[in-house]
Amino acid sequence: MDCFQDTIFKLKRYWADRGAIIQEPYDVEVGAGTMAPETFLRVLGPKPYKVAYVQPSRRPADGRYGENPNRLYKHQQLQVILKPTPDDVLDQYMGSLAAIGIDLKKHDIKFEEDNWESPTLGAWGIGWQVMLDGLEITQLTYFQQCGGMDLDLVPAELTYGLERIVAFLQGVESVYDIEWAPGFRYSDVRLAEEEQFSVYNFELADAAYLWQAFDANEREAQRLIDAFRGLVKAKQDVNRFPVLAAYDHVLKCSHLFNLLDSRGAISVTERVDMIARVRKLAVGVAGAWVKQQARNPAEKEVA
Amino acid sequence: MAAFLLEVGVEEIPDWMIEPALAELNTRFEKLLDNERLGGRVEWVDATPRRLVLRASGLAAAQADSKELVTGPPKSAGTGAAQGFARKMGTTVEQLSTVSTDKGEYFSFEKQTKGRSAAAILSDSLAGIITSLYFPKTMYWTGKGGVRFIRPIRWIVALLDDAVVPFEIAGVKSGAATRGHRVVGIAGPIDVTIDTYEARLRENFVLVRASERRARIAAGLGNDVEPDPALLNTLVYLTEWPTPIRGSFDASYLELPKEILTTVMRHHQRYFSVLDARGALAPEFVAVTNTDGDPDGLIRQGNERVLRARFNDARFFWQVDQQKKLADRLDDLKKVTFQAKLEKPTYFDKTQRVVALAGVLAAEVASSTVDQQALARAATLAKTDLVTSMVKEFTELQGVVGGLYAAAQGEPRAVSDAIYDHYRPASMEDVIPRTIEGQILSIADKLDTLSECFRVGLIPSGSGDPFALRRAAQGVIKILFESRLRIDVIAHAGADRNLIDFLNERISYYLREVKRFPYDEVNAAMAVPGPVWLADLEDRIAALHNVRATPDFELLAVSFKRIKNILKQAQLEHAPEIAEAILAPGPERGLFDAYRRVGERLAGHADYQRKLEAIASLRPEVDLFFDKILVNDPDEKIRQNRLALLSCLLTEFSRIADFSEIVPKTPQAA
Repeated sequence: MDCFQDTIFKLKRYWADRGAIIQEPYDVEVGAGTMAPETFLRVLGPKPYKVAYVQPSRRPADGRYGENPNRLYKHQQLQVILKPTPDDVLDQYMGSLAAIGIDLKKHDIKFEEDNWESPTLGAWGIGWQVMLDGLEITQLTYFQQCGGMDLDLVPAELTYGLERIVAFLQGVESVYDIEWAPGFRYSDVRLAEEEQFSVYNFELADAAYLWQAFDANEREAQRLIDAFRGLVKAKQDVNRFPVLAAYDHVLKCSHLFNLLDSRGAISVTERVDMIARVRKLAVGVAGAWVKQQARNPAEKEVA
Repeated sequence: MAAFLLEVGVEEIPDWMIEPALAELNTRFEKLLDNERLGGRVEWVDATPRRLVLRASGLAAAQADSKELVTGPPKSAGTGAAQGFARKMGTTVEQLSTVSTDKGEYFSFEKQTKGRSAAAILSDSLAGIITSLYFPKTMYWTGKGGVRFIRPIRWIVALLDDAVVPFEIAGVKSGAATRGHRVVGIAGPIDVTIDTYEARLRENFVLVRASERRARIAAGLGNDVEPDPALLNTLVYLTEWPTPIRGSFDASYLELPKEILTTVMRHHQRYFSVLDARGALAPEFVAVTNTDGDPDGLIRQGNERVLRARFNDARFFWQVDQQKKLADRLDDLKKVTFQAKLEKPTYFDKTQRVVALAGVLAAEVASSTVDQQALARAATLAKTDLVTSMVKEFTELQGVVGGLYAAAQGEPRAVSDAIYDHYRPASMEDVIPRTIEGQILSIADKLDTLSECFRVGLIPSGSGDPFALRRAAQGVIKILFESRLRIDVIAHAGADRNLIDFLNERISYYLREVKRFPYDEVNAAMAVPGPVWLADLEDRIAALHNVRATPDFELLAVSFKRIKNILKQAQLEHAPEIAEAILAPGPERGLFDAYRRVGERLAGHADYQRKLEAIASLRPEVDLFFDKILVNDPDEKIRQNRLALLSCLLTEFSRIADFSEIVPKTPQAA
C-alpha cells in the first residue's frame, strides 16, 4: 500500500512524464491551488504552459479542531494546469488514476456537472466533479475567464483532493489515520496544526489587527497597480515592474478576509464590499500581468 | 432512399440538458429535410452523457431538379440588353425565348437547376445545426473566439448509407468511428456502419437508447425501493451502462430524521432509498454505477464508506446544533443577508417584518382556528435554522430542519409544523402547508419577499427571475386558492403598481393555466372592484362559466357592454339618483321594475350561480328598453334619469363579474 507521500510522488511523476513542470507549493497563504500565481497568472495570455504542484490550501472557516474525520482547515491539493487543454485530457486524467493504483475496471467513475466560479478572482470555468464510487476526488475545470478577461488559450485545471484520494486508497475512515510516511500518520504530521489554527481562527485572532492588516495590504497592492498604470501611460519600461509582488499582497488580503470571516467579524454589508475590493485588486493585477507579458519580446514571438 | 446516422461525441454533458437538446436536434433536422426537399424522416434521436445521436431514413439521394422561367429585359431594350441577360443566365442569346405580358414583349429563359445531392446539403448544414443547439451554459475550448458548445466535441459520426458526410467542427472531422464506454469498452475508435452502430456500442458497454438504460436500472432496483422518477431520469443520463448495486448502512443512523437521511442519499449521493415492510426507511440503499458490475464488492464498499462519512457529518451537525436552541439563534440572523439592496437587509430584519405581517394576516382571516401565539412563535423562529450547521450543509432542507429542531426542542406541534412547511409550496405541483398557521406564515414570508424586492426595483423580467419571485407569488396564490383563506392579497401590495400588476398577472395565469377557465371569464371576474379573495374569485368565475352556456347570457353581456359605452360617452361624474316619478310607463318603467325585482333576489343568500341567473333574466327588459327608448332624450332631465337607471343597473349587477369583458362566442350575438 502506498503512503500519502508515495501517491504524491506518483502523481508528480505521471504529470512530469507528460511534460509538466513540477513546481513547489506557493509560500503565501491561499484558499485554493487556483490562487497560486502558477495558475492565476499563468493561465492568462497566449503562452502555453504545463505545471503541477501540491498546494496546501487554507480555509479557516472549514476548521473543526481536528475532531471531524473529513474536514480540515488546511488540506493538500494537487493542482495541474494544462494550457492549452490537450484533446485527450480526460484520458490522461484517467491514466493518472491508474498510475496511483486505482483499477478503473473495478470501480465506478462518473463525471458530474460542476462549474467553478471565484468572485474574488473574477474567474470562472466549466467542468465536472469526478466521482469515484460515490466520492468526489477531483475537480476538473476548463477555465473560461480569469481576472475578468476571456482567456486566449483554454487551460484545463485538474485539482485532486489528496487527503480524500489517499484515504480511499488506504481504506481508512478518517484522514487522520492516513499513513503519511512509513510509521507516521497524518495526525502525527498535521493534527496540532488543525487544533491550534482552529482555536486561533475561531477564538483568538484579533479582529482589529486583521482589519488593519487587510487595509495595509490592500493599500500596498493598489499602490503598485497604480504605479504600473502610471508607467504604462508614460510609455515607460515595465519589464521588471513587481506585478508579482502586488499579487502577493492580493493573496494576503484574500486570506485576511477569510480569517475575519471565520472569526465572525464581517457584517453582511461589509462582506459584499470586501469581496468587491479583493476582486478589484485581482483584476488589476491580472490586467497588469497581461500587459507586462505582451511587452516581453520573448512572449511576442510565441504570440 | 438513403438512411442517415449522426453521432456527436462529446465530453460528459450535464444530464438535465440532454433531453431538450435532443428535441431541438430532432426539430432542426426535420426542418432541414423539409426546407431542402430531401424527403425522409427522423427515426429517432437519443443520447448518453457522451453522445447525441440522430437516425433518419428515407432521404432522397438528391433534390429533384427544378425549372424556373426567368423574365429578362423588354425586347425593346435591344441586343445589348439581351446579351447581358443571356450572360447572366449562363447561356446565349439564341437560347432565349420571349414572353408577352400586358406591358409588352420580354426576353425570358427557362433556367434549369440541378438538384443538389443529399450528401452535399448535409455536409453544408450539419455543423451549423449542431453548433446552434441551445444549451443553458456553453463553453469554448479551442481558444478565444472558438466554437461554443456545451462541452468539447471529440468525435463525429456522420453516415449517409455507407458514405461519410464530410464536415468539421472545432477541428474535429466527421467519420465512421465511434467510441465505447470510457472504462470497460475497448480503447480507441470503433468503426461502425449504420446497421452495426447500436450493436458495436452494446459490445462496448454503451446502451445508446435511454429507454434501455432506464429498463436496466428499473430491473435492478427491487420492489422495496422508494420510487423517485426524477432521480431515475438523472441516472439514465449520467450513465452509458448502468448497473444498480445495493449497499447498507448501520441501523443506528435511522435515529436521524428520515428527511435528512433521504436528502443525503438522493440529493447528495444519488442513491435510491429503501423501505422496509412497514414502509419505514430501511438501512439500505441502491446506487447506480456506470460500469458492468461489482464482482469484488469494491464499489459497494466505497459507496458505503462515503455514505457513512456523510451520515456521521449529519449526526454531528444534529448534536452540535442542539447545543444552541433555535430561540437563541435570532441574533445570529443579523449576519445573514436576505437581500443586500435593502436598507434592512438581514434575515433578522425580515423576521421582524414577517412576524408583524403574519399578525396582520391572522387578524384579517379572523378565524378562531388560528393559534395566534403559535403563529407568532413560528414566525419568530422560522429563519433561525439558516444559522445551523445542518442547513449550512444541506441548504435544501431549510424549513424542514427548523421544524424538526423546534419539535426536538419542545416547541408545540403547531409551531414546529408551521416552520417545517413554510417554504411550501416549492412548485405548482407541491402541496401547500398542512396547518392554517403554516399557510399564513408561508404567505407572510413570501409577500414580504415580494414587496421588499419590488420596492427596490428587483422585478422579474422576461426570462430573468434570480430571486424566484414568480415562484413566491405563485406559492401565495396557490395557498390562497386552496386554503380559501380570506386574505386580500392585492391590498397587501400597497400602492406598488408593478407588484399589483405582477400579482394580478399571476392570478390570471393560475386561473387560465391551472384551472383552465377561458381568458374572458377570468377578465370579467377580475375586473370587479373591491377586495380580492381568491377562493371567492374562483367561485364567481365558476358560476359565470356555468351560466354562460344559457341563451340569455351572452346577449345580456353585449347589452352591458353597450350600457358601459353609453355611460362612458355621457361622462357621468357621480351616480345620480333615479327619479321614479318621471319614468315613462312601458319599457322604461319595465326595466326599472325588473331592476328592483332582480335586486331583491340578489339580496338573498343565493349562490353566485343563482344570482347570475337572476341577472340574466333581465335580458327581455333590457332588449325592449334599447329597442324602444332613446336614452339621449332632448329633455335633459329625462336623459339624466335614463342614464341614472343604466348606471345603477350596471353597478348593481357587476359585483360578480364585469359582463362587458365577455367576448361573445356566437357571431350573431355581436
